[in-house]
Amino acid sequence: MSFETVIGLEVHVELKTRSKIFCSCSNEFGAEPNTNVCPICSGFPGMLPVLNQQVVEYAIKAGLALNCEIADYCKFDRKNYFYPDLPKAYQISQYDLPVCKKGYLDIEFGGTKKRIGITRAHLEEDAGKLVHQGSISSTPFSLVDLNRSGVPLLEIVSEPDLRSSQEARAYMEKIRSVLLFAGVSDCKMEEGSLRCDANVSVRPSGQATLGTRTEIKNLNSFKAMEKAIDFEVQRQIEAIEDGEEIIQETRTWEEDKQITRSMRSKEEAHDYRYFPEPDLPPLRISRKWVNDIIQSMPEMPEQARERIMDEHGLSAYDASLLTLTPDFLGFFDECTRYYHDGKIISNWMMGEMSKLLNQKNLDITQCKINPVHLVDMLKLMDEGRISGKMAKEVFEAMFETGSPPEAIIKEKGMEQISDEDTLEKIILEVIAKNPRVVEDYRNGKKKATGFLVGQVMQATRGQANPALVNQILARKLNS
Amino acid sequence: MTISFEEVEHVALLARLQLKEKEKEKYAEHMGSILQYVDKLQQLDTEGVEPLDHILPVFNIFREDQVKPAPKREEILANAPLVEAGQYKVPKII
Repeated sequence: MSFETVIGLEVHVELKTRSKIFCSCSNEFGAEPNTNVCPICSGFPGMLPVLNQQVVEYAIKAGLALNCEIADYCKFDRKNYFYPDLPKAYQISQYDLPVCKKGYLDIEFGGTKKRIGITRAHLEEDAGKLVHQGSISSTPFSLVDLNRSGVPLLEIVSEPDLRSSQEARAYMEKIRSVLLFAGVSDCKMEEGSLRCDANVSVRPSGQATLGTRTEIKNLNSFKAMEKAIDFEVQRQIEAIEDGEEIIQETRTWEEDKQITRSMRSKEEAHDYRYFPEPDLPPLRISRKWVNDIIQSMPEMPEQARERIMDEHGLSAYDASLLTLTPDFLGFFDECTRYYHDGKIISNWMMGEMSKLLNQKNLDITQCKINPVHLVDMLKLMDEGRISGKMAKEVFEAMFETGSPPEAIIKEKGMEQISDEDTLEKIILEVIAKNPRVVEDYRNGKKKATGFLVGQVMQATRGQANPALVNQILARKLNS
Repeated sequence: MTISFEEVEHVALLARLQLKEKEKEKYAEHMGSILQYVDKLQQLDTEGVEPLDHILPVFNIFREDQVKPAPKREEILANAPLVEAGQYKVPKII
């Protein structure tokens, strides 16, 4: 029997405000435990939350980037549950009146475009963090760090429109891209500012009703998300084929074992008893507010892609990779201010640069190469002062040191020899030393030039301008 | 409107309350009478009446996005029964 996979994602994004959502504590990542904590975000009795205006501003911006309708009226609700990282024993969230709804994102996967529906996006506060010393299974205690408690979150809920782990990944990457361009979050999965839970079910191909779903948590990287979904799909198919019933439950991805494991049984199924948050008055979002934000929206990745395809004749593929993050695009745009050929810039960025960044596991903001230096290097190539092969070496040195290309060439003594007189002298010597090869050539063995060019390159330690060498050599041999 | 023992037990579990048999009886009665009152409210004609999301007619109460220094960590943790490495120490539940 063949099965169809059905996936919906709940994506949590931390908004990059200066302060938290309901108090004035700093929203910085990585501070000493419990140093960005006050009576409000640690849930002291009687404390009152006050909403950070910038959070709403960012939520509207994100909603527009996700093609959502922005509610003109919304409110906050209490979601009640007990967990040590939630000091109030309720999370302030939005239940029936979220700030954004009915949006979509277009993803491209395997050359086809697909529209993924977004049910809603709502605001809520993040919870604290549980820290376990030593191995989690051996210690009887959890340590609680509340620095993250009260960090503003936008939860983006997709429709069950995704059909494979690769589509889920493409959708996540698209969310990351549009929110980075919108400037509302730094979307760092490794720091938890972009997280996701996946709702996964399978059904026999052709069946209209959805199968029973499970929710997978703890997906902390794109790779983990793909692997966990693939594992869960396989597990469900095997269970169904063995005649078992799928239980609706929450499962966690165990990175070390590469499996999903049941977290809670059905009996403890969540009953959050939502009710309107009495400590926060509702929001009225005026059309004017939304229109002002629309006016101030920065360029989105799809627009940027069209623009650079148009301006520089790039392929759709190259353009979509260059517009994955605003920083990557910014580097490209900066280079094109000083250099005419966007295609060549793109080739270097997608080739050498991406290769080195991946090798070192860096992102472009950590790259030492200055866009102006890359342009200088391209100009040196155009002037024939360095060959393509040398340029690669220069590029690597720029990547390591951040030095300008001129300095690297000087330091390495690798300038290309493009002086005709110098080259002619060397070529005449090579010809004189290889009379038999020259004779072969004159007897019609045209391939013999390859050997002679090689000799010239050897004599110049690879620094001769190959195009010029070919030219002069041909002239001398045919004269 | 009455409420069953099972419902009382379920709500108690969600609220992490341990009830004695006698208390369950008492709360079944209390909650039943509250629900009875809600039932009575349900009989009112509320056609055209907006749902009340908040008791006061105020909207859009905001704070500027500005950071203020947090209190000292010792003050925040002062009432915690157990503290370790600058953090609350609690029994593990996962």
